[in-house]
Amino acid sequence: MNNTVEIRWHGRGGQGAKTAALLLADVAFKAGKFVQGFPEYGPERMGAPITAYNRISAEPVTVHSNIYDPDYVVVVDDGLLESTDVTHGLKENGAVIINTEKEKEALLPLLHNYKGAVYTLDAKAISMQALGKNYPNSPMLAAVVAVSGVMEQEEFLREMHDSFRHKFAKKPEVIDGNMKALELTFAEIAKSKKGGINP
Amino acid sequence: MAVRERLSGNEAVAYAIKQINPDVMPAFPITPSTEIPQYVANYIANGEIDTEFIPVESEHSAMSATVGASAAGARALTATSSCGMALMWEELYVAASNRLPIVLALVNRALSGPININADHSDSMGARDSGWIQIYAESNQEVYDNFLQAFLIAEHKDVMLPVMVCQDGFITSHGVENILLVEDHLVKEFVGEREPEHYLLNPNETLAVGPYAVSCYYMETKRGQRQAMINARKVILEVAERFHAMTGRQYGFFEAYRLEDAEYAVVIIGSATGTCKAAIEQIRNTTGKKVGLLKIRVFRPFPEVEIAAALAHVKAVAILDRSEMFSATGGPLGAEVRAALYQAKGTAETVNYLYGLGGRDITVEDFCQVYENLEKIAKEHKITDMYEYIGLRK
Repeated sequence: MNNTVEIRWHGRGGQGAKTAALLLADVAFKAGKFVQGFPEYGPERMGAPITAYNRISAEPVTVHSNIYDPDYVVVVDDGLLESTDVTHGLKENGAVIINTEKEKEALLPLLHNYKGAVYTLDAKAISMQALGKNYPNSPMLAAVVAVSGVMEQEEFLREMHDSFRHKFAKKPEVIDGNMKALELTFAEIAKSKKGGINP
Repeated sequence: MAVRERLSGNEAVAYAIKQINPDVMPAFPITPSTEIPQYVANYIANGEIDTEFIPVESEHSAMSATVGASAAGARALTATSSCGMALMWEELYVAASNRLPIVLALVNRALSGPININADHSDSMGARDSGWIQIYAESNQEVYDNFLQAFLIAEHKDVMLPVMVCQDGFITSHGVENILLVEDHLVKEFVGEREPEHYLLNPNETLAVGPYAVSCYYMETKRGQRQAMINARKVILEVAERFHAMTGRQYGFFEAYRLEDAEYAVVIIGSATGTCKAAIEQIRNTTGKKVGLLKIRVFRPFPEVEIAAALAHVKAVAILDRSEMFSATGGPLGAEVRAALYQAKGTAETVNYLYGLGGRDITVEDFCQVYENLEKIAKEHKITDMYEYIGLRK
């Protein structure tokens, strides 16, 4: 268990948090890891808060419980911060990554005095810039890889390129845009790391 | 070489079905098993398999059509969960008593009410007396492996019983994990084709399936079903041995994990076993205490003698049930394991725990607490309550 990275995703039904968790499992699997990606279902309805999880490890993972003390938390919708204590149980040497158009300082009061690292990312802006459309999943995926170091960035880009090529075989024109979204995110996170991420 | 993949439990079962390419699959959707017929329907639509898919209007009809297809001589299967299986209830008994080698992909889910879509074993445990062989899985790998073995067990001439291949709803059915798949040609060779001895579509033999049995025949039919269950023990192990030769993965009636030298043991079924294994490693690494588990794979037929022998040296046993049977004294696994230990004049203290109903989570810490309790029970030879709960809110 010691070498297992545990990630918890918070989103709303229909926003793709579950899909993002499964995508992360996918890409880590391709990089040779043992993975788990699973959703926690409440009553299924669009817009209801949902949680999804990842375990990623160099060793087989047998645990089948939910994750209560994650290493990283990803928040796909900043509106959840008002109602959900997203940093609950989050390790202090871990980090929370929030998709938001707001300034980080505006969100800090909603993080229940979390003492670890806080990253914000405007995934919508990145997606609009790279793709001309709002698909926040790819930037959020790149952000969690960059922050957690769960796999090498180069390897991540290679695997994502492969899977985009596969997924968009009939729409090759969107592959470059998707790759650009990932690279822009890496640059964004690198900037945050350099600038010091703690308040 | 095995194929390294990552699949959800439902994808794994659907993939096994694709590799087996059975003759007939009638099905009606219900959460969390819906994806299985959905994926199979895709395979059929894409021309990857030629299974006859029958979209029926209820689970009652799903099992009825499966019974009809199997009696006709086809290799037939269906998938369901929870209330879906409850609606099949009558046909479950019909399938077993007519000795039809049907396979049911059961994705375990709590029975109503209150209505709930998450995992527990109340659906399959309720059907434990229906005459079906029941095989349970801890992981996606296991449910895939069990499914590949199921038709071979069901169709063996000394068995001829339906088989329920169970996995935990959402926990494995919707969780993506690493899995090793067997190559298509090896599966094909392994499962072969069904060669029915008696079947309705045989023009050279007249046959009635499911006629009325008066009192002077009914009891003998039941004795025959029992014999088939007895015979299934040998066949289950033979099929597992063949599977082992093909894949290197070993299966039996149960898995004994760090049990050989264990003083305290958990007996459990299903996906939570993996969580318990992590607790065992943690306890052994930090305290050196000798803890282990016994994971039931085959619940029907019940491997009573083997379980008692495997637990003979243990000081205290916690038997964990993921379904209630309202005897007010314990759960079904608790009752049967205790009976097994009693028959074998076992000396271990036993305590029965109820956990995980309606998807209530169970954690590594919960299992650590169970082992702590076992140590206390063994020391004091005193059980305060024969029937305790894990994770019950006060």
